[in-house]
Amino acid sequence: MRQVRDDIAGERDEAARERRATPRRRGRVPAALLIPAGVGLLFLVLPLVGLVIRAPWTTLPQRLTEPGALTALRLSVQTATLATALCLLLGVPLAWVLARVEFPGRRLVRALVTVPLVLPPVVGGVALLLVFGRRGLLGGWLDTTFGITLPFTTTGVVLAEAFVAMPFLVIAVEGALRAADHRYEEAAATLGASRWTAFTHVTLPLVAPGLAAGAVLCWARALGEFGATITFAGNYPGRTQTMPLAVYLALETDLESAIVLSLVLLVVSVGILVALRDRWMSTA
Amino acid sequence: MSDALLDARVVVDRGAFRLDVPLRVAPGEVVALLGPNGAGKTTALRALAGLHPLTAGHVTLDGVDLDRPATGGWVPTERRPIGVVFQDYLLFPHLSAVDNVAFGPRRHGVERRAARATAREWLTRVGLDAQARHRPRQLSGGQAQRVALARALAVAPSLLLLDEPLAALDARTRLDTRAELHRHLSAHAGATVLVTHDPLDALALADRLVIVEGGRVVQEGDGPSVTARPRTDYVARLVGLNLYRGRADGHGVRVSPELTLTVADRLDGEAFVAFRPAAVALHPARPEGSARNTWAGTVVGVQRHGDNVRVQLDGPIGVAADVTPAAAAHLRLIPGQRVWAAVKATETQAYPATG
Repeated sequence: MRQVRDDIAGERDEAARERRATPRRRGRVPAALLIPAGVGLLFLVLPLVGLVIRAPWTTLPQRLTEPGALTALRLSVQTATLATALCLLLGVPLAWVLARVEFPGRRLVRALVTVPLVLPPVVGGVALLLVFGRRGLLGGWLDTTFGITLPFTTTGVVLAEAFVAMPFLVIAVEGALRAADHRYEEAAATLGASRWTAFTHVTLPLVAPGLAAGAVLCWARALGEFGATITFAGNYPGRTQTMPLAVYLALETDLESAIVLSLVLLVVSVGILVALRDRWMSTA
Repeated sequence: MSDALLDARVVVDRGAFRLDVPLRVAPGEVVALLGPNGAGKTTALRALAGLHPLTAGHVTLDGVDLDRPATGGWVPTERRPIGVVFQDYLLFPHLSAVDNVAFGPRRHGVERRAARATAREWLTRVGLDAQARHRPRQLSGGQAQRVALARALAVAPSLLLLDEPLAALDARTRLDTRAELHRHLSAHAGATVLVTHDPLDALALADRLVIVEGGRVVQEGDGPSVTARPRTDYVARLVGLNLYRGRADGHGVRVSPELTLTVADRLDGEAFVAFRPAAVALHPARPEGSARNTWAGTVVGVQRHGDNVRVQLDGPIGVAADVTPAAAAHLRLIPGQRVWAAVKATETQAYPATG
């Protein structure tokens, strides 16, 4: 009797196991997707692994404290942060106008905003020189009227980084604004909020996750900027030599120090991204 | 009605559609704009709020032109003394209930702490003191509705506007919330305009009904007069009456070339005749008796309707008849069958179609 009951229980277990297994079998990932996905992941991660493996760990502490490395790092973080601030200041209103105001040629403007995305950064640097250079369209006037020189200065680095990074912010924020229900702004208006107050008190908090994502993308792009910076701002240690430039320069003379600089840039950028992600993105 | 707080003629063109609704609302009065979807009710509400400009006409509140295209008079939404309860409430998701309610007072220049205190008072009044710190997504539908009402009332608006205030609620919550909403609307000293497609909401909440169909006012009046004497098929359907229009000549109203209904009321000219489906009796053969209107019709539909069976008849006039299940079984009602309908003259309501 007992045996029979156990058998029945066993069968039931088996049936249950099969039922559980069925959806798993049906949900198996097709190899045609899994294999390229794995290769893609390796392709992205292997170079970083190479960087870690080839790092001169024994001389690392000493190399890290070399003044050049820390100066370039500080300059990179400072300029990327300033560039992001500039992008927020100009890019958020631009995104708002693109998302909320109907005007002729809006599609053209939207296309223009994304041009720096597809433009090779070096070309962007050349274009900046043509406008803000000492003989440029605005540069000459800025120089003679205000005595402001932009090329080959730290400000120039910030401008070059902002130029290439701003589209990331504008696109992210405009997308968030379009996705946000504009009727919240109408509700704010019925409660006595002007359009500006509605923007600061209702719209901005609503799109905060998108804004944060855009700012992080923008900052990361600015931190890694190379082509426009070296073209427009040059490569002066302490003034315009950011980490990517320092890495490139070191590569020509000393591979090991190039690896160390690269590792530092990697750790700092990943660290900051992870920290921001926990702080902001989790609510998104 | 010279003491109207709100005096408006809302004219809005949207493509081929024209909304033209005159509206006068006295202080403390609650007017319901009732109509089918697409009648233009919400557009009218948005125009009153300044969220949609008028094409013509005017919106005058307490003697001030808020919108008058003819003179260019325009007061933007944020400077109108209004409160709006939106259909899906639109509570700001990033603010707590109390901060949602305090938002209006803050924008009207009230200092932060005082605005919070006012908001707390309002939340207490709508019975949500305990939920003050909750975010909108932590509130139930009924609670969110009450926060939205508190938020709209917290700025002491001269004109309160409600767009389908109960439509997003389930049946049970709706009943409770309707009663509570009625209490708050009665207490509101300003004018109230609410938009709904639900006749029950309109009858329960409003002092006066304005029925809008296809952008026009088709009927206006208090609840009892509108429900007793509907003037369009839409209203008749809403209140569940059979309604016909015809020419009256004494006690007879000719509602179709083949049928003249005898009515109890005496009148002449264009007239409406209305009667309840339950007043219609069905017979397998022509019934005897002179005090009845009788005509032959074909059954086109049979449905359960509460405890009874509702029978749709085609014939000289289309008519809905409510009969008991026993009678329906006895008559063996099936679509296509011929039956005789009978209505007593005393069961009919006849009234002039003009004025």
